[in-house]
Amino acid sequence: MTFLFLLLMGGGARHHAGGRTRICQNPIRLPSAASRPSATTGAPPAGRGSPSTSTTLPSSVPVLTPEHLEHVDRLAGSLDRDQAIWLSGYFAGLAGQGAGGAANGAATNGASAGLVEPSPAAAAPATRLLTILFGTDTGNSKELAGELRGAAKAQGIEATVADMADYKPRALKEEQDLLVVTSTHGEGDPPPNALGFFEFLAGRKAPKLAGVRFSVLSLGDSTYEHYCSAGKQIDARLEELGAERIADRVDCDVDYEDDAAAWIADVVAKLTPDEAPATTGAPSAAAVGTAPASGVAPATAHSKKHPFASAVLDNVVLTGRGSSKETRHVELSLEGSGLTYEPGDALGVVPLNDPALVDRLLERTQLSPDAPVTTKQGELPLREALTRTFEITAATPRFLDQWAELSGAKELQALKAGDAKARTAFFREHHVLDFVDRFPVAGIEAEQLVKGLRPLQPRLYSIASSLAAAPDEAHLTVSTVQYDLRDLGRTGVASGHLARLTGEDDTVPVYVQSNEHFRLPADDVPIIMVGAGTGVAPYRAFLQEREARGAAGKSWLVFGERNFRTDFLYQVEWQQLLKDGTLTKLDPVFSRDGATKSYVQHRLREKGAEVWAWLQDGARIYVCGDANAMAPDVHSALAEIAVEHGGLDREAADAHLTELQRDHRYLLDVY
Amino acid sequence: MTPTTKTTPDTVVEIDRSRDLSQPLEKLAPEERMKFESDYLAGSITTDLIDEITLAVDENNNKLMKFHGIYQQDDRDIRDERRHQKLEPFFTFMLRGRMPGGVCTAEQWLKIDELGRTYGNEQFRLTTRQTFQFHYLNRNALREVMLGLRDVGLDGKAACGDVARTVMSGVHPGLTKLHKQVYEQAQLASDHVIHKTSAYEEIWFGEKPKEPRGENEEPFYGKQYLPRKFKIGFAVPPSNDIDIYSQDLGFVAIASRGKLKGFNVVIGGGMGRADRAPETYPRLGDVIGYIDVDQLQPTLDAVMGVQRDFGDRVTRAHARFKYTIDDKGLDVIKGEIERRLGFELAPAKRFKFDSNGDDLGWRTGDDGLEHLTLFIESGRIIDRGERRLMSGLRAVAEAGLCVFRLTPNQSVILSDVRPEDRPKVEALLAEHGIDNAPKKGRSALRLNSMACVAMPTCGLAMAEAERYLPELITKIEVQLEKHGLTEDPITIRMTGCPNGCARPYIAEIALTGRAPGKYNLYLGAGFHGQRLNKMVRENVGEDVILEVLDETLGAYAKDRKEGERFGDFVVRAGFVAEVKEGRFFND
Repeated sequence: MTFLFLLLMGGGARHHAGGRTRICQNPIRLPSAASRPSATTGAPPAGRGSPSTSTTLPSSVPVLTPEHLEHVDRLAGSLDRDQAIWLSGYFAGLAGQGAGGAANGAATNGASAGLVEPSPAAAAPATRLLTILFGTDTGNSKELAGELRGAAKAQGIEATVADMADYKPRALKEEQDLLVVTSTHGEGDPPPNALGFFEFLAGRKAPKLAGVRFSVLSLGDSTYEHYCSAGKQIDARLEELGAERIADRVDCDVDYEDDAAAWIADVVAKLTPDEAPATTGAPSAAAVGTAPASGVAPATAHSKKHPFASAVLDNVVLTGRGSSKETRHVELSLEGSGLTYEPGDALGVVPLNDPALVDRLLERTQLSPDAPVTTKQGELPLREALTRTFEITAATPRFLDQWAELSGAKELQALKAGDAKARTAFFREHHVLDFVDRFPVAGIEAEQLVKGLRPLQPRLYSIASSLAAAPDEAHLTVSTVQYDLRDLGRTGVASGHLARLTGEDDTVPVYVQSNEHFRLPADDVPIIMVGAGTGVAPYRAFLQEREARGAAGKSWLVFGERNFRTDFLYQVEWQQLLKDGTLTKLDPVFSRDGATKSYVQHRLREKGAEVWAWLQDGARIYVCGDANAMAPDVHSALAEIAVEHGGLDREAADAHLTELQRDHRYLLDVY
Repeated sequence: MTPTTKTTPDTVVEIDRSRDLSQPLEKLAPEERMKFESDYLAGSITTDLIDEITLAVDENNNKLMKFHGIYQQDDRDIRDERRHQKLEPFFTFMLRGRMPGGVCTAEQWLKIDELGRTYGNEQFRLTTRQTFQFHYLNRNALREVMLGLRDVGLDGKAACGDVARTVMSGVHPGLTKLHKQVYEQAQLASDHVIHKTSAYEEIWFGEKPKEPRGENEEPFYGKQYLPRKFKIGFAVPPSNDIDIYSQDLGFVAIASRGKLKGFNVVIGGGMGRADRAPETYPRLGDVIGYIDVDQLQPTLDAVMGVQRDFGDRVTRAHARFKYTIDDKGLDVIKGEIERRLGFELAPAKRFKFDSNGDDLGWRTGDDGLEHLTLFIESGRIIDRGERRLMSGLRAVAEAGLCVFRLTPNQSVILSDVRPEDRPKVEALLAEHGIDNAPKKGRSALRLNSMACVAMPTCGLAMAEAERYLPELITKIEVQLEKHGLTEDPITIRMTGCPNGCARPYIAEIALTGRAPGKYNLYLGAGFHGQRLNKMVRENVGEDVILEVLDETLGAYAKDRKEGERFGDFVVRAGFVAEVKEGRFFND
């Protein structure tokens, strides 16, 4: 899983992924991608994810009744970390007000409805069902769905939160109020796990939705041509099916927090019956997205907003000399962080920009490194702001607009007024630095430079280790993105940053991003793992875990890369795992060794009978790596195998694969 | 095979057979079982060749592949780097051909050149046993190389392994008529002693074995082959270029008026030893008698048969023929050979050697043809900068102007050149930056130098050899210049380990590697290989080596007698004690 990163160059797919950009683009392949949590309103299994959700309540607490305890327990089980933090602040605020909760009748505060036994008088007035549906790849939509639920609850409205990946679309016709949060993936596509939902909604079987009220929050990346396309499709389709739009769709760029918070406040206000005033002292919904409440956050609650400064334990180039690429193995320490993860999860990495690029920008703009500028973290000297807080590689439409105005350049103004395709093409060839280079603005001020820039985003990488094998560590497999643009060498923001972290005392801020769509099955279930390049990362975690558990299930790794000699990532580890029996079969395929290019899908076809036999034995098949070419090719190969070896016709084969996906037996983590 | 032998007609001596072939497998070294169970060297090589998880082969197959001429190696320069990268070592394979007497047709040369360019990192190497070897071969290319060699009648049989190795034959550009007769015998010998197993064709050419390999697959060797390697060579006096005393079995050509009559038989030579293991030592062969030409084949069978049956199969470090002889006694072994032959060997004939080096430059043979011996530093055939050796020799081969002969000193002779073609050869060489005036800018020491491959490909090397010796010689040349010895031929040899591939223990100056930058220094061998040298400094670096050489070379320049060789001088002057027998090498 992985990562995201903004790279604008010729050809190749881009992804709008929930406010982050992920790109996989030839000739550069990025590390494995993170998909994301299927969220549910149910309690996550103990031991997973954030410590706040795995806390077990004591069986008795002096000040609470058993009923209270039961409620709190149920609530705690349904919360993600941010919700828990938010609520801790909420309760602290409540206590600080001396509100006395139920004791003085403040139970009219709807927010408490789910928490304490409501008195009849305090029952929430909302009578309509609210469902919050999210479609996510990197987890941002899920996070926002949780915030939305919290905000609704604060207004006395209970909501059911569902992941499109798990939601039975036929239930749509039962919905009353429907709020949708979705990211966009690839060339305007839905998140991979939500594909089925989108197909159903677009198809003829989609029900009429008269009487349903809805609004859509759409996440995307404005550097892509099909910006927020998935959200736009849903928004249009729901209206077409007869639903009533209660608030306009909001399209959010990678710095989605403020826009999302505003949308949440807006829709929650519109859902709230007028007679239920919000009297709570809890933080306003608008504040939810940006900071935890005034309460006490647990010291160990490291999260995206509070990443942990992880020490770099090891940082080696995995690819041998002479390789056409550079792929690194980075070992990070989680010691003392309280962070835990499961095989399949991703690690969010908060990068710094390349100091050389920052220097170049400062030099070209003739700005003082010490000039103060406004950032989300407050006022900072320009150099620090450019290093830590802004994306300074790829440019965005907002930056284009801003720069067109500042420079007065005719070419930029034409692009500003022109069509999206031309802009997209231009962005491929022009990063922020190239705007500054080609359209200099004499006497520019520091604030003007940063005004069009968006906040620097963390990047996600699949974790390549298991805590069972490497306690207190998270290993990453990182492809260093390097390429030339306008005769100048460029590096990926996060991969470049990680590549520079070779000093003894280097640290990097990280957090865990859980990925419930990509989990190991029970120990005795056979698994087929298909991965290309850094897509092999989660399988290293899987096999480490299975080895530690002594899992009896068979396992088969199909790994693709370019050259045997240099690019056989973790070769000696696989050899050892084969020897000790943890790995049953290994099929490495190299595309640049022979006269004919051979990829993972070719090997799957060659061994089709065996693949089919494994699947018939109940094997799970995992696919991780390139979403653009590999995943569809593997999908086709699997369909052909079902035809050739399963005796199905093509349509039945496709249906079979869809069924496998729905049963979580065919799992994708592609980017 | 009878366990007894006669030393004199009326004395029967019991030979100790507690460590040889007569013993059950479980008492012998593990390699003996490995050979026995290998189905005549097939092992599971065929399966390993298509293993997709590694570019290596397993340990047993690695050992078996030596019998097919192949050593698994890895690039030691990057071994550690790759370990950190979680990649297996950069495995490559060395494939050594069988080329009796070092005679190579232009067609064969072109094929070797082509295979080296295509699969061997654009180079190949001439060896100290007059053959060629490729380095850097990818395991998956081995079959292609084997098939390519077959196309020109070459193979890799017995270039390594516990069998008779490629048979050497002295090359004397001045005595070409005699050389041809000796070479013929060498080739016959090579074909006679080669192993016969059909596993070779099955593995490398994909041929189906005609029938399951049975008891008669190897009529001479049997399932366990020899206890260790076995080296055979033919010398043509007065040149001892093949270092006859280093061979397990040597034949010194005895001729009369240019016609080959027979051979003096020399047994028990061998170089290999181990550091800090005084029970191992180099040994020079002993001349045990004379045979007529037509007794060659029975003599091969008898001598090799003795070693096959009595050689030590318990301790591999003690398995060479030289130890068998010293264990049992030279007389006993000679007697057993004669018993097997059914006659006593005639007394040895007189012969005289004057050098073990190459006679560089153009020579006219007694057949009227021209022969050019080119100095090839460390035997490496490669294009380097202006000196495009590989391309130049290819051009000569393409023009069909000569036959190639590889010398035991890793040089090459462009042989059998018609006098009218000589200018063409010279022009082609000049065109490729190859000077054929070897003495120009090179000391006689350099021209008598030899080094093994060592780093980075050889798994045994503990120090550099081929990559370092030229550089060291440049420093010694400063001293030679100072002492006025630049024109004096002195032999110098360097190996990366004590095993002796470049026959170091019979060089006047020798260095064997102990650790990176550290060598044992030996002095005092005979100029034409007739006396072993002796260690004078152990495990020392370049500064000490140069210091000792400066002192001894200085004394040599000042105090030597007329015609006295450096090796003889250091013994006479007391810098080093004379080694009279291998057994006393470590004293």
